[in-house]
Amino acid sequence: MGFFKKIAEGIKKTKDAFSKKLFFAFSARELDDEFYESLEEALLTADVGLTATENLIEELKDRAFKEKIKKPEDAKELLRKIMIEDIDYDVPEYEYPLVILLSGVNGVGKTTAVGKLAHMFKEQGKSVVVAAADTFRAAASEQLEVWGERAGVRVIRHNEGADPAAVVFDAISSAKARGNDVILVDTAGRLHNKKNLMAELQKICRVVDRELPEADFRKYLVLDATTGQNAVSQAQIFSEDIETDGIILTKLDGTAKGGVVLAISDEIGLPVVYVGVGEKIDDLIPFDATDFINALL
Amino acid sequence: MALFESLSDRMNHIFSKLRNRGKLTELEIKQAMREIRVALLEADVNYQVVKDFTAKVSEKALGEDILKSLTPAQQIVKIVNDELCALMGSTHQKLAVSDRQPTVYMMCGLQGAGKTTMCGKLVAYLKKQGKKVLLAACDVYRPAAIQQLKVVGKKAGTEVFEMGQIDPVKIAKSSIEFALKNGYDTVIIDTAGRLHIDEALMNELVNVKKAVNPTEILLVVDSMTGQDAVTVADTFNKTLDITGVIMTKLDGDTRGGAALSIKAVTGKPIKFNGTGEKMEDLEPFHPERMASRILGMGDVLTLIEKAQDAISQEEALALQKKLKENSFTLDDYLKQLESMKKMGNLQDMMSMIPGLNRSQLKDAKVDENQIKHTKAIIQSMTMKERRNPDVIKSSQKKRIAKGSGTTIQEVNQLLKQFELTKDMMARMQKGGMKALRNMNGGFPF
Repeated sequence: MGFFKKIAEGIKKTKDAFSKKLFFAFSARELDDEFYESLEEALLTADVGLTATENLIEELKDRAFKEKIKKPEDAKELLRKIMIEDIDYDVPEYEYPLVILLSGVNGVGKTTAVGKLAHMFKEQGKSVVVAAADTFRAAASEQLEVWGERAGVRVIRHNEGADPAAVVFDAISSAKARGNDVILVDTAGRLHNKKNLMAELQKICRVVDRELPEADFRKYLVLDATTGQNAVSQAQIFSEDIETDGIILTKLDGTAKGGVVLAISDEIGLPVVYVGVGEKIDDLIPFDATDFINALL
Repeated sequence: MALFESLSDRMNHIFSKLRNRGKLTELEIKQAMREIRVALLEADVNYQVVKDFTAKVSEKALGEDILKSLTPAQQIVKIVNDELCALMGSTHQKLAVSDRQPTVYMMCGLQGAGKTTMCGKLVAYLKKQGKKVLLAACDVYRPAAIQQLKVVGKKAGTEVFEMGQIDPVKIAKSSIEFALKNGYDTVIIDTAGRLHIDEALMNELVNVKKAVNPTEILLVVDSMTGQDAVTVADTFNKTLDITGVIMTKLDGDTRGGAALSIKAVTGKPIKFNGTGEKMEDLEPFHPERMASRILGMGDVLTLIEKAQDAISQEEALALQKKLKENSFTLDDYLKQLESMKKMGNLQDMMSMIPGLNRSQLKDAKVDENQIKHTKAIIQSMTMKERRNPDVIKSSQKKRIAKGSGTTIQEVNQLLKQFELTKDMMARMQKGGMKALRNMNGGFPF
C-alpha cells in the first residue's frame, strides 16, 4: 500500500468514526451508552464472552449507523439478526454408511447423547450399532447398554480398561458383517489438556479411517451449555487434534444459555449440529439458529 | 492442576506493567481496573461479581495513600489480593464432624459435575484420617449410576449401600441405620444430578435432608461452569442451605472463575478441589493460596505439603543431616527424584513455585522420560562412583553411558546437574525458599 493511499485510508477511517460518533450523539436519547451497556450485560451473562460480545456490539453500531436505525427495539432486532447469521451454518447431509464419534470433557453428557442419537436414527429407519469406547469410566458401558436397550440398538462393548480403539474396530467389523447404516462411537470424557488421552482419541479416528474409508465420518464435540469460556479452549484443541465437524450442545433445559457457541463460532467457525433439551430419549433435536438466539437474547 | 493459571498470567501481565512505574495516576489505576475486569470476565467470574469487585478495588486504590505511596503497584496488588481473599473466604474450612454418629455428608449438584467420582475421593481422603466410611447409592435415575458408585467404592476400598431403584429418601434413611449397625462412623450420600429448576427433584433432596439431617450438604460444581454458576449455586443454597462447595475438574485449563462467583453469591466456603481422575486427586481448598495463585504469586504452601506427603519425616531428617555433612550422594539424588515423582507431575509442581514465569513454563516441558534416563545412568555406576562422583573420569563415563544406553554427554549433564542440585540444597538449608526464588528458571534436573 502506497504512502498516500495509507493516509487516505486513515482519513476515511477517521471520517467514518467521526460521522458515526455524530450519528450516535444525535440518536443518543435512544441508542445511548446505557442501551449498549445493557446489551453487553445480556451477552456477557449468557457466556458469549468478552471478545465476541465486543465484536457483536461493534458490528451492531456499524450497521445501525448504515441502516439508520434509531430505536432500541429495532437495534435489538438487528443484533438478533447479526447473531443468527453468525451461527447459521450449512451442515452437509449425511451419507451412509455413517460413523459419528462423540468426544468431549468429562460429564458433558456424551453417553446420553449417543443414546438419543441412536434413537433418532432408529426412528428414521436406519440400522444402528453403538461402540462403547468409553472403557475408562466406571460403569460407562453398562450405562450405554441401558440406552441401547431403550433405543433398541446393539451395543458393542469390551471390559473396563480395554483399548477403546479395539472396541471401535469390533463395532466396525460387526457393522460391516450385518450391513448397518450408522455406527455411533461413545468415548471416555477427557480434559483437552491431557495429551495422552487426546492421542488415544486420534488413534480411534485412525481406526475408523482405515477400516471404513468409504464412510461419512463426523466427529462431534459434546459441550455442556453451562460451560463458560473454557469451551473455546475445548473446541480449539478438539478441533486441532481430531478435526471436529460440529458441536452437540447439551443441557439447554437449564438456565444456562450456551452463549459460548458464539465465541466458538467467532474464533473457530464450528457449527452447532444438535441440542439436548431434556432427559427423555427424544430430547435431542437439530439445532435451529433462530430459536437459539431468541432464547438467548 | 493449572488452577487459575491463565488468570494469573493476566494479572502478572497487568501488574508487570504497573511495577515498572513509579507513581500512578488515576487514569492508570482505571486502566489496571479495566484489565482486571477483562481478566475476571474471561475467567468466567460472574458479571455482577466482577462489577462489585472492580468497584471495590478501584475505590480503595484511588484513595490518597496509594498515590502518595512509593510503590503504588505493590499496593494495588495487595488490595486486589486482599479483596480476592475476602471474596473467597479467609481460611481453609475443614469438613464438620458430627457429635452423634454417624457423620453424614450429602452430595448434590447438576448432572455431570462429578459427584460420584468425588464420593470416591472423599472416601479415600476420610479413610486416611482413620474414618470408616459407607457410601449410599441414592442416584436411582441415571442408568448404571449405582454400578458406577460400586466400582468407585471398590477402588476407594469401602462398602456401597444400595437398595436398587427405589425412593432415595428410603435408601438414605436405611443407609444410616445400616451404618450404625455395622460400625461405620461416616456416611456419604451420592444423589442424582439434577437441574436446579427441576422442582420435583429439588424437593426430593429436601426430603432426603429432612430424613437424615446431614452434617454437611456439599454442592459439587464443575469448575468450567460459566456465568450460570451463580444461578445454580444460589438456587441449591436457597433450597437446601448447603454448607459447602466442592470444585471439580480443576486439572483442566479452566480459569475457574466460578469458584469466586459462587463464594460471593452463596457465602458458603469452598472446601475441596478435584484435580484429576485418580482417587487421591483431591486437595483441600485454600482461599488465600488461590488468591495468591491468581496474582501469580505461586503456591508454595501446597508444594511443601505435597513434599511432606511424599517424603517421610525420617527421610527428610536424614537428608538434612547429609546436607550438613556435605555427604549428599548420587544415590540420594536418585531417591530425591523418586520422591519427586511420587509428589505428582513435575510440571504441576513447578507451576506452584513463585516467581517462575508461567509463559516460560508452558514451553519448558518436563520430560518424565529424562528421569528414567537419569535413573539408568546412576544405576550403571558403581557404589563408589555414586558416593563420590569425582572419581568418574572419561573411561568410566564411557562405561556408564554404554551401560545405561545413553551418551557421554548425558552422563556429563547429569553430573553437572547433580552438583547444581547439591549446591541449591545447601543454599536452601541456609536461605529457605528465598534461595529457590533466586534460581531464576527452574530446578536443575
